[in-house]
Amino acid sequence: MATQLSNLAELEAESIHIFREVAAEFERPVLLFSGGKDSAVMLRLAEKAFWPARIPFSLMHVDTGHNFDEVLDYRDRRVSELGVTLVVASVQESIDAGRVVEETGPRASRNRLQTTTLLDAITSNRFDAVFGGGRRDEEKARAKERVFSFRDEFGQWDPKNQRPELWNLYNGRHKQGEHIRIFPLSNWTELDIWQYVADDKVELPSIYYAHQREVFERDGMLIAVNPFVTIADDEVVETRTVRFRTVGDASCTGAVESGATTVEEVILEVAAARITERGATRADDRISEAGMEDRKREGYF
Amino acid sequence: MEMLRFATAGSVDDGKSTLIGRLLLETKQIFEDQLEAVERTSQDRGFDYTNLALLTDGLRSEREQGITIDVAYRYFATPRRKFIIADTPGHTQYTRNMVTGASTADLALVLIDARKGVLEQSRRHSVIASLLRVNHLVLCVNKMDLVDFDEERFEEICAEFSEFAGKLDIDDLTFIPVSALNGDNIVTHSPNTPWYEGSTLLHHLEHVYTGSDRNFIDARFPVQYVIRPMSHDYHDYRGYAGEVASGTFRPGDEVLVLPSGFTSRIAGIDMYEESLSEAFPPMSVSIRLEDEIDISRGDMICRPNNLPTTTQDVDAMVCWFNERPLQEGNIYSIKHTSRSVRAKVSTLNYRLNVNTLHREEGQSKLEMNEIGRISLRTTAPLFVDEYRRNRTTGSLIIIDEATSETVGAAMVLGTAATP
Ligand SMILES: Nc1nc2c(ncn2[C@@H]2O[C@H](COP(=O)(O)OP(=O)(O)O)[C@@H](O)[C@H]2O)c(=O)[nH]1
Repeated sequence: MATQLSNLAELEAESIHIFREVAAEFERPVLLFSGGKDSAVMLRLAEKAFWPARIPFSLMHVDTGHNFDEVLDYRDRRVSELGVTLVVASVQESIDAGRVVEETGPRASRNRLQTTTLLDAITSNRFDAVFGGGRRDEEKARAKERVFSFRDEFGQWDPKNQRPELWNLYNGRHKQGEHIRIFPLSNWTELDIWQYVADDKVELPSIYYAHQREVFERDGMLIAVNPFVTIADDEVVETRTVRFRTVGDASCTGAVESGATTVEEVILEVAAARITERGATRADDRISEAGMEDRKREGYF
Repeated sequence: MEMLRFATAGSVDDGKSTLIGRLLLETKQIFEDQLEAVERTSQDRGFDYTNLALLTDGLRSEREQGITIDVAYRYFATPRRKFIIADTPGHTQYTRNMVTGASTADLALVLIDARKGVLEQSRRHSVIASLLRVNHLVLCVNKMDLVDFDEERFEEICAEFSEFAGKLDIDDLTFIPVSALNGDNIVTHSPNTPWYEGSTLLHHLEHVYTGSDRNFIDARFPVQYVIRPMSHDYHDYRGYAGEVASGTFRPGDEVLVLPSGFTSRIAGIDMYEESLSEAFPPMSVSIRLEDEIDISRGDMICRPNNLPTTTQDVDAMVCWFNERPLQEGNIYSIKHTSRSVRAKVSTLNYRLNVNTLHREEGQSKLEMNEIGRISLRTTAPLFVDEYRRNRTTGSLIIIDEATSETVGAAMVLGTAATP
């Protein structure tokens, strides 16, 4: 009799437990789905948690308008396979409605604007629990994030005043207008995610694997040529074999040079990687040492 | 690969952050950009060595004050195991954070500064580890470089600590002389301590046997959620979803459901599309029964010949987390497994002095970070086991109904005398 679960089986069991707690205790949960690998794994775990029933909540994509086509295709395919409802919260609409002001200049990004769009959508849809794919190993401020993370009526996080979280007993109590962010992948590392993608054959958008693409170098990162970026005169466009390590706003998500065309090859690369995921490929996350903490306080993912 | 969860505790400046930074660095979890950032900051602040502690300092307010104030989780892996560290702060006022970190830990790592020896705080850390039933305790005697790697000093500290630990409920106690700053006995044996024959810290963490820590005897399955697809293909499917708290369940097993007392047999155990021949903790599964009986969230599936105690009067040790003190007569909301009830504190029996282990009776309240023994009268029955025997069915959290905060955590001792 084997009575010790493997690392991945234990993580899977913990995440499924979290999904079921939320489905049982909240009225209107929603799962944030960007089409990235973390949200892909999160969705897969939700699918398992309620099988053979359908996932009992909807998905939400906070859409910057700056997407990779492959990711949108993937998103729509998964939504129809699972028969769930997709809510698209559009940053463009927030801009048009005057809720936020678009940044200007060649480095303009819509990343920060997403917070307003996200919070507006949570309020207007009256969502009380919002699943996010954040992992504690990603970044220092996230290392302190609770699995059930309370947000006040302004959607803000107060890192100094978090509820103690013990055993697997989660406190989801909140008043109307407040909500709880739920992080089922809290204890997963990047490598765990990839190993799970391999073991469980989780499908990902094709841009996660090596392919040929026109890119140019900016701030030490490879940015894909696309309609959402302005290329400066001294930036040289060339075709290289690359893959993406995260999927974000197409205007500021960098690719890495890679020949990894299968998940096994990606795992070898991840295991040998010398630079953190965000440091390598997210211009928006390199703002300052405290960048993520500040954004999370405001209500970011 | 297995997983080991451990909590670290130490007084401020004992070198806890440095030790964790060292473990992360030596197991190659630190990436170039992270190390560069830390080297840069160390230089800016005028340190003459790279301060590894900076690797784990999370939040801005903490960086500003230069202390760790909240539980932070860290991850690293070796080919043998994946580790989750609950990094908890040392100050007295943060006892609650250590309790939080210890609640899910298999092992506790307590740091002591070799120059200072066993302090009040070191005692408190081991009391908490023992209360929370962390079965394995490792005492790292740090900064051995500052006492010339003196064997006698090490032995002296071990003896003093052992004497105190003897009064506690700790199964497995290990002492390791280290220097977190220089890496002695962290990953490789130090040439500076030829007299030390035990394992290095990492070797110990990789090999400590935790297989028998979980309860595989008492079958307990708190029902979390009822799965009813109402679809064409699974028209009559009704699965009771939950995490196995303890014991094992197999198809064909006779079961009894609390609180109704109805019995049935397990028709199948599902984990997604797979049918399992066995489920054990901490698996999340869905159980189907042969008979249609009315079961909902908060019920518990057990074996008829081995039942938990059904009670509305719970005798428990509680650790208080909130500025508003616990007082006799107060009413709170309780979460125990998948069951939520209301409860009144019927008596505060005593406060535990965690430094001396004295029971201080005649208290009218329990303040933040204090530990005491209470009786709770609940509005509906709970299905409990003694926490020592079962960490899942023996634990509960206490929630303030006005503020929704988690104000306390309790470990069940048994049934209290009805007041
Ligand atoms: N000499 C020496 N200094 C150490 C050792 N471990 C930590 N320190 C120093 O002790 C101070 C406090 O360490 P830190 O890790 O921040 O302690 P924490 O408050 O327990 O996290 C720092 O200046 C460290 O460099 C050690 O093994 N030897």
